[in-house]
Amino acid sequence: MSDEIVGEKASPTSGMPEPEKTKAPEDRGERALREIVSGDIGVSVLAFVLALLIGGLLIAFTNPDVTAAAHYFFAKPMDTITAAWNAVWDAYAAMFRGAVYNGQADTFQKAIRPLTETMTVATPLIIAALGVAVGFRAGLFNIGAQGQIILGATVGGYIGFTYSLPAGVHLLLALLGGVLGGAIWAGIAGVLKARTGAHEVIVTIMLNYVALYLLAYLLTTDKFTRAGSNQPTSPGVKETAQLPLLLGDWSRLHAGFIVAILASIFVWWLMTRSVLGFRFRAVGSNPHASRTAGIGIPTTIVLVMLVSGALAGLAGGVHILGTEHQLTGGIAGSLGFDAITVALLGRSRPLGIFFAGLLYGGLNVGGRVMEAATGTPIDIVLVIQALVVLFIAAPPLVRAIFRLPTPRTAVAKGAAA
Amino acid sequence: MKNIIRVAALSGAVALALAACGSAPEDEATSGATGDAGASDFKACMVSDSGGFNDKSFNESGYNGLKQAESDLGIKTATAESKQESDFAPNIDTMVGQNCNLIITVGFLLATATGDAAQANTDTNFAIVDSTAQDADGNTIELPNVKPLSFNTVEASYLAGYLAAGMSKTGTVATYGGIQIPTVTIFMDGFVDGVAKYNEVHGTSVKTLGWDSKAQNGSFTGDFEDQSKGQQLTNTFIDQGADIILPVAGPVGGGTLAAAHDANTAGKSVAVIWVDSDGVETNPDSSDIILTSVLKEIGTAVNDVVTAASKDEFDNTAYVGTLKNEGVGLAPFHDFDSKVPADLKAEVDKLKQDIIDGTVKVTSPSSPQS
Repeated sequence: MSDEIVGEKASPTSGMPEPEKTKAPEDRGERALREIVSGDIGVSVLAFVLALLIGGLLIAFTNPDVTAAAHYFFAKPMDTITAAWNAVWDAYAAMFRGAVYNGQADTFQKAIRPLTETMTVATPLIIAALGVAVGFRAGLFNIGAQGQIILGATVGGYIGFTYSLPAGVHLLLALLGGVLGGAIWAGIAGVLKARTGAHEVIVTIMLNYVALYLLAYLLTTDKFTRAGSNQPTSPGVKETAQLPLLLGDWSRLHAGFIVAILASIFVWWLMTRSVLGFRFRAVGSNPHASRTAGIGIPTTIVLVMLVSGALAGLAGGVHILGTEHQLTGGIAGSLGFDAITVALLGRSRPLGIFFAGLLYGGLNVGGRVMEAATGTPIDIVLVIQALVVLFIAAPPLVRAIFRLPTPRTAVAKGAAA
Repeated sequence: MKNIIRVAALSGAVALALAACGSAPEDEATSGATGDAGASDFKACMVSDSGGFNDKSFNESGYNGLKQAESDLGIKTATAESKQESDFAPNIDTMVGQNCNLIITVGFLLATATGDAAQANTDTNFAIVDSTAQDADGNTIELPNVKPLSFNTVEASYLAGYLAAGMSKTGTVATYGGIQIPTVTIFMDGFVDGVAKYNEVHGTSVKTLGWDSKAQNGSFTGDFEDQSKGQQLTNTFIDQGADIILPVAGPVGGGTLAAAHDANTAGKSVAVIWVDSDGVETNPDSSDIILTSVLKEIGTAVNDVVTAASKDEFDNTAYVGTLKNEGVGLAPFHDFDSKVPADLKAEVDKLKQDIIDGTVKVTSPSSPQS
């Protein structure tokens, strides 16, 4: 892990002010530690801790027991504090039970099912966030992951429920269809940007709407609806095209999780080990210099969008072939926008995204149990997610709160030591 | 230092002031308060669709029904709000994990998830609003532990259409929907057919804008959230001469109220027919423009099924709300009571009786499959 982060930092990156890397060999453990404490990873973790704290305050303030006790706060202050502590503890304990390990379950399978559920929910998020991150690192804000996921799910799903093919081939074709759907959708924005300079943010946002209404239209046609029904839901994806379950019937965890791992490794290889990835990053950090160096900017832009969209499309395909198994108007949910958050939280690095995706998935899954068991509104989870992004967008704020040294001084100290 | 003293003095003052406000309850009282008389171990749970429980429409009606049952029967409840469609199955699963005796799922989008969960958890009872349990291919499956709660709203909106045609001065009425789904278009089918019935009886030619029940296509705003779209669409209808409008779009109908209000201020006379709940009760400010409402008693149906289940009397017979069992109906006219001619009222009542008796057949392609 530390290897990877350090290796990545040494290479040129987009916009972020990066500390000057010392060429002199340095103790690896020391460097990794410094990265974790003062670097981006540390900020991400602390941002999450802060968000949990504020979320806890909200839980306490909105809890009926706490409100009741607060009426006589000055007569018996401990009542309020105990009630608040209990409310927050119960809520977060329920969240942990729902997301990681359920100590109250009677069998081992039931106890770890929450963890597998977190992995299941994280799967499409991770893959889509990888796509968004490829764009970020090349300096392109692909806000269109939502539309690309919809297209990926539509094409992948269509192949999945329409054709009858042998097991392995069917699944591969459906996934490939998803990849193509997403790539073409993002490619439109890429070509427009490369040819006419149309801003990719605007084009991709607009294409989200086009994708949404295209899907809504398709779901009124005979090819996409079930025979003899006018409900806007497609037939079920055939079993030959479904991603196989990894652990058996008791868990929803499917082979898409392996796809997510492979996709993370692929993006790591692409961005740090391949010539194409070097071009992407070069264009991202300095397009003018890249042009002077002989990198074709328009071609690179189109390629970045194709890769970015292909990953988002793959996420859509995995989503429908893995868990949903049928196409509906809301198939993408808020995946495409959550993916942007996950990409930010993971600092656009594959490993970071992988864990950020798991964290996000865990918050979603745990939030459900929190709501069901303690009555805490699931909106608290949304607030926590939003706060995480807010704090990550403002690293100086987090550093100020925890009195961390700024990266530059940390480097200076490190060099001095 | 100065600041600290100030803060201390201020908080002291506040503490004194607040200490007078509330006194702590006796310890015994707090422990005794939880044990209500007639409290039961029965647990009823509900999973919303992606509209959420505060949609001023069917999720909210169902939620109110559940809360009513909670306070009436002293049972335990739990709710899970779905933020997106991929939440459905896991939310139902969570409820099963919370040891719910009865799980109510709201909306046809949960049909497949409910079917799957009911087959996997035969000890738990389920009820689904607006649908039947379905398998992966969308075929209705009858299960011993699932009770479908559907509503043949076409019957009530047929009356609304007839009434609207009779009340229209311009000879044009209109309807639109949020999203083109059966539970929405069923209202629009009834409305259009009711207008046609009026024309047939009275030899008039009242036009309906916004929906073609034969071709099954018409005007939709595209979601159940954006009121401004409802307002724009309504303005278009008013410009085309419509003076009675039926929005079938949940909260989006608020835009229609705003548009009608503006038009009336400008000297027109536009009225609105609300849907699902009694619009005058949910929008008291607009009682002067709400002619009536097409009621869909989801809350009552939910309350009934919870009550039956809590007494161990759960059955899987499909419930279909009709005019006959008062699961659907027209709301009172409220402010319009004096403006609706007595003849028209009598005709609507007669029509209602004819539909109940079966002498007038009212159906829609979207009617609940029994």
